[in-house]
Amino acid sequence: MSDIAISIKGLYKIFGKRPAKAMQYVKDGISKADLLDKHNHVLGLKDINIDIPAHQISVIMGLSGSGKSTLIRHINRLIEPTDGEISVYGEDVLSMPKKELREFRRHKTSMVFQKFGLHIHKTVAENVAYGLVIQGIPLNQAKKDSHKWLERVGLDGFEDYYPAQLSGGMQQRVGLARALATDADILLMDEAFSALDPLIRTDMQDILLNLQQELHKTIVFITHDLDEALNIGDSITILRDGEVIQQGDPQEIILKPNDDYIVDFIQDINRGRVIRIKSIMNKGESVNGPSFDYNSVLEEILPDVVNSPEHKANVIDGNGDIIGSIDLKKIASSIAKPAVESSTNTNYK
Amino acid sequence: MDFLGKFPAMSRGELRDFKKGVDGSFSEFTGEYGEAIEVFFDPLLYFLVWFEKLLLSTPWPIILLIVGVLAWAGSRSMKIATGAVLAFIAIGYFGMWKDTMSTLAIVSVATLICISIGIPLGVLMARSKYAQALVTPLLDIMQTIPAFVYLIPVVMLLGIGKVPGLIAVCIYALPPIVRLTNLGIRLVSKEALEAADAFGASYRQRLFGVQIPLALPNIFAGINQTIMMALSMVVIASMIGVAGLGVPVLRSISNQYLALGLLNGLAIVALAIIFDRVTQEYGKRLQKHRHGDRL
Repeated sequence: MSDIAISIKGLYKIFGKRPAKAMQYVKDGISKADLLDKHNHVLGLKDINIDIPAHQISVIMGLSGSGKSTLIRHINRLIEPTDGEISVYGEDVLSMPKKELREFRRHKTSMVFQKFGLHIHKTVAENVAYGLVIQGIPLNQAKKDSHKWLERVGLDGFEDYYPAQLSGGMQQRVGLARALATDADILLMDEAFSALDPLIRTDMQDILLNLQQELHKTIVFITHDLDEALNIGDSITILRDGEVIQQGDPQEIILKPNDDYIVDFIQDINRGRVIRIKSIMNKGESVNGPSFDYNSVLEEILPDVVNSPEHKANVIDGNGDIIGSIDLKKIASSIAKPAVESSTNTNYK
Repeated sequence: MDFLGKFPAMSRGELRDFKKGVDGSFSEFTGEYGEAIEVFFDPLLYFLVWFEKLLLSTPWPIILLIVGVLAWAGSRSMKIATGAVLAFIAIGYFGMWKDTMSTLAIVSVATLICISIGIPLGVLMARSKYAQALVTPLLDIMQTIPAFVYLIPVVMLLGIGKVPGLIAVCIYALPPIVRLTNLGIRLVSKEALEAADAFGASYRQRLFGVQIPLALPNIFAGINQTIMMALSMVVIASMIGVAGLGVPVLRSISNQYLALGLLNGLAIVALAIIFDRVTQEYGKRLQKHRHGDRL
C-alpha cells in the first residue's frame, strides 16, 4: 500500500459571523437546513475524515454546493477550518505561522483553478515561471527552468503570447504547466477541466494521465463530472452537503453504490465502458473459453464472450496467469442499472 | 408660533464669538507654527523654482524637440506628436511661451506630488476598509469645497506665493488618483489573487506583482484626471501669486481684455488636450494584453 500524503481528521467548516457558536449546534446534531434557517450560518463541511494516498490521483466528487471546492482549499489553507486537523506528510498545516505557510505553499503544494487564475498582464512564459519567481528565483532563470513544462503541455512557441490570445484549453495548459513547474509533490486541481468543452476536456485528461505516469504526483482532483472521475481517478470520494457519503475505488462505487444520491450520479454512465472485468469476476476458477486481460472493460470482451461456445471467458493478470472467470450472465447483470445496496442508508460507513 | 416661523439660530453675539474663537485660534496656530511649516515646504519651493528656471532657460527649439519626443513616446502617434509641437509653436508665436513654461512647471510638480501621495493612499484604502471609510469623506470634501474656501487658511498659514498655490492645486487634483487607485486594486480579479496566494506570494509580491500591474490602466486614468484638474486650477492659483497662464487671464477679467483672455485660455486648453491625448493613448497601450488580438 502507498503512504498517506494528506490526512484530514474531523474537519468542519461553518460560514457565518460566529462559527464557533454555530459549531456547538452542529455538534449537537442540527441539520444543515436548520442551521441556516435558525442561526443564519452555512455548514460548509461536516466531519470530514479522509486519508489521501501519495502518488495517486484522488478524485473528490460532488455537485455544486457539496463543499468540494471548500475542502480542497483547506489542504493549502486558503480557507481556515472551523475545527479539525489537516496534516500533510505528517506536518500540521493548521499550526503553521504565516511565513511557514507561505514556504509550504511555495514548495509543497501547487494548484490549478477552474477559471485558470492566470495573470493576464504576464506572458505565457512569465505565468509558467510564476511559482519559481515567488520562490525567489530571478525571472530569466525561472523562465529557463520552467520552459520544459511549457513544452510538456504542448505550448512550445507560445512563450510570448498573452493569456487573452489563447483558447480556454490552451490557457488551462498554461495553468497546469505553472503548477508543475514548482516541483511540488501535491497538485491540487479544483475543477481544473470543468470550464473546457468536452473534447478538450478529454484531451486534458490524457495529458494529465500521461504526465502522471512518469511524475507520480499526489493529485487531488475536484470534479462534478463522473466520467472524468472514472477516467482519471485511482480513488473517488463522494461529497454531498458537506459530508463524505462514499469513498472507494471507482469500480466499487459503480458496483456498490451505498446511497440513492450516488445511484443518481452513476445512472447515466455507460457501464459497459467503465466496469473492468477484474471487479466482477469469480475468483480462482478457470473455464473453457477465451482469455482476457483483467483490466479489460465489459464492452471490449462482450462480442467474444457471446461468440464463445459456453459464453464464458477466463480473466488473466499481467503475467498471463488465469486469476478468475466471467460469464455472460454476470456481464449482463453488471451492465444493468444497480439498485441501492441499502436505500435507507444515508450515512456512510 | 414664533418658534416655528423663525429657525432657532444662535444669537448674533454667540455666533460672533464662535467665529472669533475659530479665527483667533487659527491665527495663534499660524503665529506659532507658520514659520516651521514654511520651512518644511522649502525643499518643494526650491524644486519648483529650479524646474521652472530649467524650462525657461532651455532654448525653445530644444523644448519643442522634447515635447515632440515625449508626445510620441507616450502616444506612439505621429499625429498627436505633430499636433503637440504645432500647438507649442502657436503658443510661442502669440507671446505666451514664458507663462506656458511656468504653468507647465507647476502642473508637472503638482502631478508628481499627487502621484507620490495618491497611489500609496489608494493602496492603503484598498487594503483596509477603515482607511477607506476615513479617506472617502475627506476626498469628497476636497473635490466639492469651493477652492476659495481652502485658499483662506492656506494663505493665512503660508502667505501668498508659489507653495500655497501648489498646495491648493494639489488639494484639488489629488482625489481622482486616490479614488482610481483604490478602485483599480479592488477590481483585480479574485482568481488572479487566489493564484498568487496559492503559490505562496507574500504581501509585497501580491501587491507589486499582481494588484498594481492589473490596476495600472485605472491608475493611469487617475493620473490623467489629476493632470486635467491641476490644469483647471491654474487660474485660481494665479490669484495667490502663482506665475503662469492664469495671470493674464485674471488680468483680462478685471480689465475686459477679450483677446488676451481668449488666447491664454486657449493655451490652457491646448496643454490640456496634449496631456490628455498622450496619457490616454499610453493608458490604452497598457491595456493591450487584455485584448485577444494576436501580436
